[in-house]
Amino acid sequence: MSTTIPIGPFHPVLEEPEYITLQVEGETVLSADIELGRIHRGMELLAEEKTFDQDVFLVERICGICSASHSWAATLAMEDIGGITIPDRARYLRTIVHELERLHSHMLWVGLAGHIIGYWTVFMWGWKYREPVLDALEAITGNRNNYAWYCPGGVRRDVPDEVWPPVLKSMDEFAEKTNLLIGAILNDPVILGRLKGVGILTKEDAIAYGTLGPTARGSGVDIDVRRDESYGAYDEVDWKVITQPDGDCLAVAVVRLLEMIEATKIIKQCIKNLPKGEIRSEVREIPRGEGIGHIEAPRGESFHFIRSNGTNMPVRHKMRAPTFLNIPSYRPRVKGETISDATLIFAVIDPCYSCTERMAAVDPGGKRIANGHDLIKLSHEKTEWLKKNL
Amino acid sequence: MDLTKWGFKKSLWVFHLNAGACNNCDIEVLDCLCPKFDIERFGMKLVGSLKHADVLLVSGSVPRKVVPDLIEAYEQVPQPAVVIAIGACACTGGIFKDGYNFAGPVDKHVPVAAYVPGCPPRPEAIIGAVVKLLGTL
Repeated sequence: MSTTIPIGPFHPVLEEPEYITLQVEGETVLSADIELGRIHRGMELLAEEKTFDQDVFLVERICGICSASHSWAATLAMEDIGGITIPDRARYLRTIVHELERLHSHMLWVGLAGHIIGYWTVFMWGWKYREPVLDALEAITGNRNNYAWYCPGGVRRDVPDEVWPPVLKSMDEFAEKTNLLIGAILNDPVILGRLKGVGILTKEDAIAYGTLGPTARGSGVDIDVRRDESYGAYDEVDWKVITQPDGDCLAVAVVRLLEMIEATKIIKQCIKNLPKGEIRSEVREIPRGEGIGHIEAPRGESFHFIRSNGTNMPVRHKMRAPTFLNIPSYRPRVKGETISDATLIFAVIDPCYSCTERMAAVDPGGKRIANGHDLIKLSHEKTEWLKKNL
Repeated sequence: MDLTKWGFKKSLWVFHLNAGACNNCDIEVLDCLCPKFDIERFGMKLVGSLKHADVLLVSGSVPRKVVPDLIEAYEQVPQPAVVIAIGACACTGGIFKDGYNFAGPVDKHVPVAAYVPGCPPRPEAIIGAVVKLLGTL
């Protein structure tokens, strides 16, 4: 006989409210279901009520951890509509901030994973090593999170040269500490016992579920927007895409740890080759048209679509964050595992529900029938219908 | 000063509640625990159960769906308890106050003892707010 275990909505494991139900028989998990919607803030409709300049600062607040990714994807979409080319210095500065964000996001995940398996030392270490990255971001952009760094046409402020030597030094130290952490994690029999062979997502499943980012690369799917459709300065620096074949929790952890080393390499090369010159090309207006921008956020591909009708506000701003596609991969992962491993499996994709929560009503045929705009339209139509028929 | 308030001065146990925040305030709350800021030197500790908590740190703009959960969570905390609103969204609604799903801010639903503005507030500001609040008890 199966039992249902409810988890949430407020619980100490993940920061965000979500409600997970586990169907278990004895210790074995049969299936899992997840109910979201507690962080739905109506982001897409809000974006359509703001000007293009304001929009970038709104999408930054979709998720606090990927704030550079979303704002870069949105500015890329705007530049795509207008056919705007940005100065070389701005491309490099954008890349540096984006990679610093990847460093702090991955280190945050390593800490949380340590906390989940009961290793407070890993949590404390990870979060201690993360602080110099936040200090570097503060020195460059002026804020620890929500950088307000990207704007259509370039970046918002120039960085004086004296900022870079301390950043370079802290990158060296960070790489050293990360290597230490990699050694400590991969040589610890208890951590290996908790991660190895747990929550396997096969390559076929990873492709079938459409997973992205480190989740897909941990299952041997070789995708990375930074290489496949290069943007920023990624095609001018030397780095490689990390993949692991196994698909278990350890593989995903290794992908994230090695990616941090790659990110420090990218940052160091960008700082050394940073061109001089303008930081922002002038943008007079966004013409009529449609544009897309997609970039590799720390969790996978972030996708933004903007439609403009020639005014200073978008008529449609569609956002899709990587967690949206990664969440369904819980199901094949958690099946047949024990309850004690379930929390780790829920955390292994590095879920970010605030990125994910868009409104999309689905009818049983699987056809999407409504988004926020359509629902308001439906509501207006019902009022009209009532007016006529009452 | 009664006994419970005297107990508050020595060691506050904190529960962190995300009511529709973007993670930013939440990672800054967790940052308070890490070695650089180390909130435990004030006797404060992040706890995993509402029943153990003296302080609720609430972040987020409180979308409609989270309202019953927030009220229920507040009612589960043993009284006396204080609520601190963390971040611009929790204090006023911030950039989301015109959204159709906005049902906040936090003080519309539960009594709030202290507000920490900022997007996100720095860990120093969060620690400072809690320490100031201790002084007024």
